[in-house]
Amino acid sequence: MNPTRQRRLTLIIAILTAVIVAAALVVYALQQNMNYLFTPSQVQAGDATSYKTFRLGGMVKAGSIQRSSDSLKVTFTVVDASGVMPVEYNGILPDLFRENQSVIATGHMDGARFVATEVLAKHDETYMPKELKDAMAKAHAGKRIDEAANQDKPQP
Amino acid sequence: MTPELGQLALILALFLAIAQSVLPLIGAWRGNRALMAIARPAATGQAVFVALAFAILVWAFLHFDFSVLYVATNSNLQLPWYYRVAAVWGAHEGSMLLWVLILNVWTLALVLLSRRLPEAFLARVLAVLGIISTGFLCFILFTSNPFARLLPMPADGGDLNPVLQDPGMTFHPPVLYMGYVGFSVAFAFSIAALLGGSMEQAWVRWARPWTNAAWGFLSCGIVAGSWWAYAELGWGGWWFWDPVENASFMPWLVGVALIHAQAVTEKRGSLRAWTILLSLFAFSLSLLGTFLVRSGILTSVHAFASDPRRGTYILCFLAFVVGGSLLLYALRAPKVAGGKAFALISRESAILVGNLMFTVAAAMVLLGTLFPLLGDALNLGKISVGPPYFGLLFPLLMLPVVLLLPFGPYLRWGKSDLPGLKQVLVRVAVAAAACALIAAFFVQGQLKAIAGVASAVWVGVGVTLYVIKRWREMSAGRRYPAEMTGMLLAHVGVAVFLIGVMLSESLSVTRDVRLAPGQVAAIGGYEFRFDGVTQATGPNWTAEQGVVTVTRNGSPVAVMHPQKRTYAREQVQTTSAIDPGITRDIYVALGEPMDPNHVEGAWALRLYTKPFIRWIWGGGLLMMLGGFVSAADRRFRLKREVEAAQPSTVTLKESQA
Repeated sequence: MNPTRQRRLTLIIAILTAVIVAAALVVYALQQNMNYLFTPSQVQAGDATSYKTFRLGGMVKAGSIQRSSDSLKVTFTVVDASGVMPVEYNGILPDLFRENQSVIATGHMDGARFVATEVLAKHDETYMPKELKDAMAKAHAGKRIDEAANQDKPQP
Repeated sequence: MTPELGQLALILALFLAIAQSVLPLIGAWRGNRALMAIARPAATGQAVFVALAFAILVWAFLHFDFSVLYVATNSNLQLPWYYRVAAVWGAHEGSMLLWVLILNVWTLALVLLSRRLPEAFLARVLAVLGIISTGFLCFILFTSNPFARLLPMPADGGDLNPVLQDPGMTFHPPVLYMGYVGFSVAFAFSIAALLGGSMEQAWVRWARPWTNAAWGFLSCGIVAGSWWAYAELGWGGWWFWDPVENASFMPWLVGVALIHAQAVTEKRGSLRAWTILLSLFAFSLSLLGTFLVRSGILTSVHAFASDPRRGTYILCFLAFVVGGSLLLYALRAPKVAGGKAFALISRESAILVGNLMFTVAAAMVLLGTLFPLLGDALNLGKISVGPPYFGLLFPLLMLPVVLLLPFGPYLRWGKSDLPGLKQVLVRVAVAAAACALIAAFFVQGQLKAIAGVASAVWVGVGVTLYVIKRWREMSAGRRYPAEMTGMLLAHVGVAVFLIGVMLSESLSVTRDVRLAPGQVAAIGGYEFRFDGVTQATGPNWTAEQGVVTVTRNGSPVAVMHPQKRTYAREQVQTTSAIDPGITRDIYVALGEPMDPNHVEGAWALRLYTKPFIRWIWGGGLLMMLGGFVSAADRRFRLKREVEAAQPSTVTLKESQA
C-alpha cells in the first residue's frame, strides 16, 4: 500500500470505530434516560406501568396542597379532566407552583402515590407547556384546552 | 411616526442587502470590477440603516412608546432604564433585530479590515453575508415585525420576564450573538473559497482570526449564560443540558474542532475539505441554535410561535442555507482537496482525533436535544431526554481529548518520534499521580474529585512543561507569538475548568432545610443561622428578604440576604444570595414560608457550599482569552512583509502556489 492509501485506511478505520462506539453508547444512554410524560388518567389506565421513572403532568388541584408541620414534606393532588393522582415531594417547590396551575413532576410510583424527585412549573398564569397540552388533549380527545395559552413567551 | 421610520429603515436595509448579495456575485463571476465594487458601499449602507432601526427601537423603549406592541408587551413604567434597554432583546422580535445588527457589525468590520483581500474573493464573502442578512431581514419584516403598532395605546405595558431582569441578562445575549453570528464570517469565507475553486488557497489564513474571535465571543457568552443560570435561577446549578443551553453549546463544540482544523489546513494544506465542512456545520448549528431558542419548537419555557408562518419560514431558510451550502460542497469540495501527507504519530493525527471527538460530541448533543421532536414525529409519545444521557456520554467523549492534550504542542507536523513524547508522558503522569495522592487525603476518598485533580494536573503540567521548553530553546522575542500564547491560555483554561467541574460536582453540599428564626443548620463545615424575614423594595418589585448569618467554628463569615421578589405583574422570582470565594461559594436561596399567612415564622431554605465552582467560569474565560489573543497574532494581519519575516510559515507559500 502506498502512504496515501494507508493514511486513508487509518482514517476510515478510526472514524468507523468512533462512530460504532459512539452509536452504541448513545443508544444505551438514551434507553436509560428517556422520560415519558403521562397524565393522571393515563397512569390510572395503566399506560405507565412499564416505566420505573416517568414524568407526571397535570393541574394542581385547588386546596390539595398540604405541608407537613415539621419537615419539608409536601403533598398535593395532580388532576386532569378525569384522573386524580396524589403526589408526595420532599423539598422546595418552584416559584410558579400554585393551585390550578400546570405542573410536571418527575418521579416514580409508590403504591397509589407518585413520589416526585423533581417538580417543575415553568409557565406563567396563562401558559401551559406545549407537550403537556398535547398529552392532555390526547388523553381526552374532544376536550379543548385553552388555545389562548399558546403564545410566544420571553425566553431566558 | 418614529416606529414607521424604523420599519422604513429595515426595508431600505433589505434592498441594500439584496443588492449586496446579487450584484457582487455576478461581478465576481463575470470579472466585472464595477459590480464587485458595489459590495462594500452596499454593506456599509445596510449597516447604517439596520443600526438606525435598532436605535429607534431602543428609543421607543426608553420613551415608553406603548403604541408599539413589542414595547407594550415587554416593558412597563416601573422598569428601570437599563432593563428597558435589555428588554429590546428580551423577546423574539427584538432579538432577531439584534441578530441582524450584529451580523452587520461583523460585515462592517470585514469591510474595514480586509481591504487587502483579493477583490473577487472579498466580493463573494460580502455577497454570502448579504444573502444571510437578506434572509433575516425578510424574516423580521414579514413574520416578526418589532415595530407593529398596538392601537388603542395602553396606559402601561406588560413586563419583562423577571428572570431576565438581571445584570447577566443585559450582557449575555449580545455577546452570545457575537459568537453565533461570528461563525457566519468563517461560513462566508468557506462558501467564497468553494465558489472560487482552487484559486484561493490562502483563504484559511484570512479566515482564522475571524473564527478565533467568534469562538472567543461564544465562549464568553456561554460563560455569562452559565453564570446567570447559577445566580438568577436559584437552583445553584451551572449547567442543565437544557435545549436552550445545548443550542449554544453545539456551535461551540464544532467551533473548537474548526479552529484546530483551520490551523492544520493553514499550515499544512491538509484537511481542506474537512475544514470547509466544519465551518458550514458551525454556522448551520448557530442558525439552528438561534431558531431553537427563539421559536420554542422544543419544550422549554415557551410554546411554539403562534404564527405558523414563522415556523415554515425558519424551516425553509434552514433548508436553503444548510442544503444549499452542502450541495455546493458536494459539487466543489473534490477540487479543493490536497495537502501534505502525515504519519500516524503526528500533530495532524492528534488534532484529527480531537476533531472527531468534538464533532461526535456535537452530534450527540444534537441527537439528545432534538430527540423529543423525533419521538413526536415517530409517535413514540412525549419523551424528554434526561441530563444523565449527556452527563454519561460527554465526559467519555472528552476523555481522549484530555489525555492527548499535553502532547499536542510537542507533536511535530507530518511525523513525530516517540522518545521525546515518552519523557513528557512520564513527567505529566508522575505529577498527576502525585497530586491525586495528595488530593485523596483532602477529599474523603471522592473518586470524582481525585480524577478531577489528576486530569487538571495532567493538562496543566503538560502545558507548563511546554512553556518552559519554549523559554529555554527559543531566543527572546520569538518564544511566545500571540497565536501560541492563545493556544496555551486556552489549554490552561481546560485545566482550570476541569478543577472547577470535578471538584464542585463531587464536593458540593446541598441541603433543603426548614428553619424557624433563630434556628441553625450546619453543612459543609459552616453554620447557617436564619434570622427571620423582612420586607424590601426595589424599583419595580417588593420582596421578602431573609437574613442568614454564616459562621465557621463560631467566627463570622458572611451575612446573606436571599430574596423572594414579587414583580409588578405578580410574577415571583427567587433571588439567591451568594458569598463568593476562590476556593468555595456559599449560596443561600429562600424557598417558601411554611405557612403562607405567617411569613415571620419558619421558611424553607436551600443552603449550598460549592467548592471551586468559580474555576468553571475562570476556565471558560481563559479559553475566551485564548481565542482573542490568537486572533490578534500579527501573522494574520494582511501585510505582505509578514510572510517573509516569519520563518515558521514557509508552508504558506506552498498553499498559495
